[in-house]
Amino acid sequence: MKAIKHIGLVIFLIGLGIFTALPLLGTFNLNETDFNTIISNQNIKSEVFINELKSEVVGKDFNGMQTLSPKISKAISNANEAHTKNKEWDKKIYTKSSDMAAMIGKTSANGFIANNKGLVWFLTFGLGIIGALMFILPNVILLGAKGIKNDGIYHESATNRGWIGWMVFIFLVSFYLVLYFASEYATNWTLLVDPISEALSGNPAGHWFVYGFMYCVVMTVMAVRMYIKYRHNIYQVFRTTSVLFFQIVFAFLIPEIMVRLQMPYYDFKNAFPLDYDFFFQWNLKNLINNGGIGIFILVWGIVLTLIIVPVMVYFFGKRWYCSWVCGCGGLAETLGDPYRQHSDKSLFAWKVERYLIHAVLVFVVVMTGMTLYSFFTESGTVLGIQTSTVQNIYSLIIGSIFAGVIGTGFYPIFGNRVWCRFGCPLAAYLGFVQRFKSRFRITTNGGQCISCGNCSTYCEQGIDVRAYAQKGENIIRSSCVGCGICSAVCPRGVLKLENGPEKGRINPTEILLGNDVDLMDLVNQK
Amino acid sequence: MEHIVIIGNGISGVTLARHIRKLSDKKITIVSAETDYFFSRTALMYVYMGHMKFEHTQPYENWFWKKNRIELKKGYIKTVETKSKTLHFADGDTLQYDKLVIATGSKPNKFGWPGQDLNGVLGMYHKQDLENLEKLAPSKEVCKRAVIVGGGLIGIELAEMLNSRKIPVTFLVRESSFWNGVLPEGESQMINEHIKHHHIDLRLSTNLKEIKSDENGNVKSVIIEETSEELTCNVVGLTAGVSPNIDFIKDSEIETGRGVKVNRFLETNIPDVYAIGDCAEQHEAIGNRRPIEAVWYTGRMMGETLAQTICGNRIAYKPGHWFNSAKFLDIEYQTYGWVHGSKGRPDYEQHFHWKHPKEDICITVAFHKDTNEFLGINTFGIRMRHEIFDRWLTEKRDVNHVMSYLKDANFDPEFYKAYESDIIKQFNTEFNTNLTTHKKSWKRIFSKA
Ligand SMILES: Cc1cc2nc3c(=O)[nH]c(=O)nc-3n(C[C@H](O)[C@H](O)[C@H](O)COP(=O)(O)OP(=O)(O)OC[C@H]3O[C@@H](n4cnc5c(N)ncnc54)[C@H](O)[C@@H]3O)c2cc1C
Ligand code: SF4
Ligand code: SF4
Repeated sequence: MKAIKHIGLVIFLIGLGIFTALPLLGTFNLNETDFNTIISNQNIKSEVFINELKSEVVGKDFNGMQTLSPKISKAISNANEAHTKNKEWDKKIYTKSSDMAAMIGKTSANGFIANNKGLVWFLTFGLGIIGALMFILPNVILLGAKGIKNDGIYHESATNRGWIGWMVFIFLVSFYLVLYFASEYATNWTLLVDPISEALSGNPAGHWFVYGFMYCVVMTVMAVRMYIKYRHNIYQVFRTTSVLFFQIVFAFLIPEIMVRLQMPYYDFKNAFPLDYDFFFQWNLKNLINNGGIGIFILVWGIVLTLIIVPVMVYFFGKRWYCSWVCGCGGLAETLGDPYRQHSDKSLFAWKVERYLIHAVLVFVVVMTGMTLYSFFTESGTVLGIQTSTVQNIYSLIIGSIFAGVIGTGFYPIFGNRVWCRFGCPLAAYLGFVQRFKSRFRITTNGGQCISCGNCSTYCEQGIDVRAYAQKGENIIRSSCVGCGICSAVCPRGVLKLENGPEKGRINPTEILLGNDVDLMDLVNQK
Repeated sequence: MEHIVIIGNGISGVTLARHIRKLSDKKITIVSAETDYFFSRTALMYVYMGHMKFEHTQPYENWFWKKNRIELKKGYIKTVETKSKTLHFADGDTLQYDKLVIATGSKPNKFGWPGQDLNGVLGMYHKQDLENLEKLAPSKEVCKRAVIVGGGLIGIELAEMLNSRKIPVTFLVRESSFWNGVLPEGESQMINEHIKHHHIDLRLSTNLKEIKSDENGNVKSVIIEETSEELTCNVVGLTAGVSPNIDFIKDSEIETGRGVKVNRFLETNIPDVYAIGDCAEQHEAIGNRRPIEAVWYTGRMMGETLAQTICGNRIAYKPGHWFNSAKFLDIEYQTYGWVHGSKGRPDYEQHFHWKHPKEDICITVAFHKDTNEFLGINTFGIRMRHEIFDRWLTEKRDVNHVMSYLKDANFDPEFYKAYESDIIKQFNTEFNTNLTTHKKSWKRIFSKA
């Protein structure tokens, strides 16, 4: 069994290694026809750019994106410099250089990778999946009888911020940086999943398709790990199945199929304001121009945020979304589970959390207000501030860096819910409802707590669960995503997530159940 | 300002200090020789097992004490002079008090076994024991076998700890079945099986005779009383119970027995000196409780109570219904009210026992043979709601009521399989009753009696 695990690890690392090397491999040769197509599709009028590419790129062999990409970005900046100087605004190129490089890379890729997509897919994704499963499945036996399996978490480098943890951190952060800021380097990855993308939407894959596909793969594999680890806990099994279902079906398959059916790309479970660009001009226009289905999506999106989400939170707590449906939550609860103990439990962190998350909520609301104002008045500015500048800042700082690079990249260091806890504006909104008007609570079982601290340690949201439990108080916190792990790891059966009457939900206590009843009355009634 | 000095920063001393602070402005000093800050002793095992770091066992952040004006002093108190109200520290320091609270907890029992002080022999009580174990048994390569002596709750925790690092464990238990002084037969049997299932070499009805040393004064092996068998090992864990940690006051005027003798107000024979927690011994046992109760909850309740007395509202210690909990490797155990093992079981106490055909799940319900009054319940692998059982005990419900409304009491996580109908079916057959289970009702659960 141990041997299978080790072999699995090696296979996984080979797959991962090839995957990691791909951005720098591959050959590209842009032919004249493809070049002309791009020029006309992109409506490029800059002869500076066209000539430079013709002399430097077209018909030439390039080994690796790192040789091709600088040529393109140089050509764009030369062109733009010249046109700015000559005030030829219509000739300037506004396409980002990495998008242009990605486009050219995609059409011009020719060598081994482009011609053996299936094989290379197997060598990366295939080996990764097989290796990871070989590493994970033997746990059915190795972990022994069912029960809580946290032995050694703080002894192991991977889960105790050791060197493996830092390597994972570097890998994840780099991956997100490529995805958001240097997507041309994802070109080879897109090639591998072209067949899948074509089967679904009919289009070749872009880097976001790679991301979506990887997301599903990673979640599925790590969900297997969850099933094994928490096989005694049916709540965890159901919850994991639910997030997996919503990710694969709602976030991945349905939007792709909708594209095939000439409908707008839409994830029906992605609620505003997490889906921050829902009200952006381009999206509204797109929806309105898409007839019936577009209008349906528009109405659905609004109803989802204004009615469905809060009503469900009233009945079940925000967990129904954050740890049963949401994609960010889904990744956190599968890939992120080994890191949940790293969330900071200090009062200081709680203060930071409240400032940050509410600041993001205010930000998104103001931005959306500006967007709608601009949309209806058709003016690009509000009180002299450019709406698009605000949108770009939000997309960059919050949408990409916070949610992506920090939110996931920092899993091994700050825990798996950094984004959900400190940044997600939807979570902040759900949190208000959960805190002030909901039937959800984590009930503390009378006086049974022994202050051991397992619950606090494993709360991914950094809630000091013990602080409540040891006082006999129910846990009512806006940030609780109802993952149920605190209840699972408690060795004394103290915690139960439940939905019940609002009355008595919040129950501050001084003296715990089990002591003198008169004393309890005396002190607790005060 | 009155100066309250508390010796011991465990759950009892800290609870007391917190409550005094809530009620008054008195000067509070907590003295401890063990650690700078309060930590949860019950969580020591999880540190060794790698579930937590030591800092996670500390229920309050370090700024808490200063903010609440609770002074902490690290040091070992050697003697207490009650006449001059002075404490003498081992390092020569002294401290004056106006009121003194002894909350010094327990220490592991040693029964005079030959070799009990060798290098490699340890208890599992203090933080130093944990550090010691980390040194002596970091891995199965360094510690080839460990022998644990004494089959109580700490013994099984130590076995689980060592097991988590794959260190072979032999577990010597004096009783004929694990913890059967407390647990009824069926449950005790189930735990025996469970222990063996975890590849722990459980030896029942087995006593330690002697611990042998190698030429360097390290543990080499143990000899078993009954068979004279010699077991080679590197570590011996002594977990045959605990006793009050009060040697330092034996020479003072404070009355002691096994523990510090206290009345129902937790007062000792000397005015302004009190004792709480593991080290306090009641002159007369309260109800079915023992005069010394070395459990977490008791320390906490005593702390809650004594704070009132010290702050001018003199109140007797009147614990409510007994409850407790533990975990035997993977099996959670809870108990409410009294369910006796075969030892000390009153004649009127009748049991109903249900066990899952396959899983390690069972319950035992105790009730009065003649009146049918519900007396208590033990549950294994099912969580129960403390409030409900506390209420049923107060209301002196009969066992039929408990059986019919068992669903209200279930505290397992959502979607867990429920066994109430199986349980009641068996109950009906055994006692010729015709009970049916009632649906869980939030109204009943949350209606305060
Ligand atoms: C491994 C383990 C697991 C346990 N699990 C459970 C459980 O699951 N449930 C449960 O109910 N109970 C459990 N217990 C028992 C519970 O921990 C004790 O009942 C409780 O901690 C006692 O608290 P206390 O405040 O009375 O004393 P302690 O926590 O023992 O604190 C006393 C402190 O006083 C210090 N001290 C003693 N003498 C002096 C001196 N002369 N000068 C200065 N300082 C001194 C000691 O060093 C110690 O720090 C467990 C105990 C152990 C060891
Ligand atoms: S309090 Fe419990 S259920 Fe809520 S987020 Fe933390 S661990 Fe999950
Ligand atoms: S895990 Fe359970 S016993 Fe431990 S501190 Fe949390 S609620 Fe209390």
